[in-house]
Amino acid sequence: MAEYLILIYGDEQKHADGGQELRDQLMQGHNKFGENNAQALRGGNALQATGTATTIRGDVVTDGPFAETKEALGGYYLVEAKDLDEAIAIAKQVPHPHGGLEVRPGMVFD
Amino acid sequence: MLAATVRVSRDLDLAEECVQDAYARALTSWATDGVPNRPGAWLTTVARRRALDLLRRDSALRRSLPLLIDEGVEPEPDIPDDGEIPDDRLRLICTCCHPALAPEAQIALTLRLLCGLTTAEVAHAFLVSESTMAARITRAKKKIATARIPYRVPPADELPERVDAVLTVVHLLFTTGHAAPEGSDLVRRDLVERALDLGRMLRALLPDDADVAGLLALMLLTDARRATRVATDGRLLLLEEQDRSRWDRASIAEGVALVREALRRRPPGRFALQAAIAAVHAETPRWEDTDWREVLALYDVLAGVWPSPVVSLNRAVAVGMAHGSEAGLAAVDALRDEPQLASYSYTAAARADFLRRLGRFDEARTSYEEALLLTENEVERDFLLRRLHELPS
Repeated sequence: MAEYLILIYGDEQKHADGGQELRDQLMQGHNKFGENNAQALRGGNALQATGTATTIRGDVVTDGPFAETKEALGGYYLVEAKDLDEAIAIAKQVPHPHGGLEVRPGMVFD
Repeated sequence: MLAATVRVSRDLDLAEECVQDAYARALTSWATDGVPNRPGAWLTTVARRRALDLLRRDSALRRSLPLLIDEGVEPEPDIPDDGEIPDDRLRLICTCCHPALAPEAQIALTLRLLCGLTTAEVAHAFLVSESTMAARITRAKKKIATARIPYRVPPADELPERVDAVLTVVHLLFTTGHAAPEGSDLVRRDLVERALDLGRMLRALLPDDADVAGLLALMLLTDARRATRVATDGRLLLLEEQDRSRWDRASIAEGVALVREALRRRPPGRFALQAAIAAVHAETPRWEDTDWREVLALYDVLAGVWPSPVVSLNRAVAVGMAHGSEAGLAAVDALRDEPQLASYSYTAAARADFLRRLGRFDEARTSYEEALLLTENEVERDFLLRRLHELPS
């Protein structure tokens, strides 16, 4: 057995325009996916929009998502932190010699 | 007042509403009962109570609000006469200038929340529409809430880095005001005043910080020349042409004292060094007496502490003043491959000036024309056109 990270990409504008109907539909779809694959799933979450993302290159912290150029996604950590500063402090300890890191808050569903 | 209220409400929008409520209540209450002894403290207390009320009354609202992070709301401290606890303003400015926010959002939030400008005024200051600025501010507030950017004074080990981010914002605000990139006025007085206010506020909050002292000194010494930078007919006046007797002596004295203090730290910071250069000019009674070797030596140190293309360009100009136009031109030309300088009007203008002094008028003409293409500021354009027309054909 091996672990795989599945990344979900999508058009944020279309998502926002879709309204409650689209969100309900998606939620149902993901619930169904979760039931069907319960054995295989190790974790997963929806993320807040890219507007909430923070990028770290070296020690430099900037606003916005990680703009991929030559760099490809090479791994991930899911961490729990009390606020963005704590998350950044943890992220800065992740080795990233030839790229950068993106820190994005996970979605909280009521 | 806003800073003290945010600590209770832990939400910027809610705090702004509560502060507005407090002012509205003051209008009726003060009219009947008279103005209280400490109006600032009165308003802050009312705004904070309103915030607490709202939070308590509607616990559902409280759950749904993405709260600003705090170490927990401590018991009400005694509110001093100015109605604010100094730490609150430091918290607020550190939140507004958090590096995880876009730079333009940092400036907008600082003007909106610390300087109290309306969204329309902030939009006007940056020459964008009110709706664009409103959207920018809303996005930034949303990020603060959803990404959980903390509302607290950063711990000691993070403080220097975070203060540097705050100083960068204040400095950018000052330079934007001091040399407006577009429009018919060279200086936007409102922005300069706000930057100076913020500099003084930081100085009061962090009296031992050499970089804070350095930035305030730099702003004071630069602004001391405000009355002499533009002639009565709107013409831009160079340092060389300015009437030094009209420089603001009080600002210079204050700035020079701050520079001395800021330079005591080793190695000196970038703002302290820039301020020291401004101090050399401020303390030299006549242009021809300028000690260019000292100016150049300061630029050499600055280029080591803060290497940047713009510093290199200024250094090149100082080389020319200290060692002659030939050397200056060579120093400017050595920077040709800097992409950031290629589209910078001062590069072409500096080159043109050295060529003019060397009597190479045709080449000077080309460089002045190039500089003209690169600036939108009308006062600067007038100056360059005047120089261009003065060249012998």
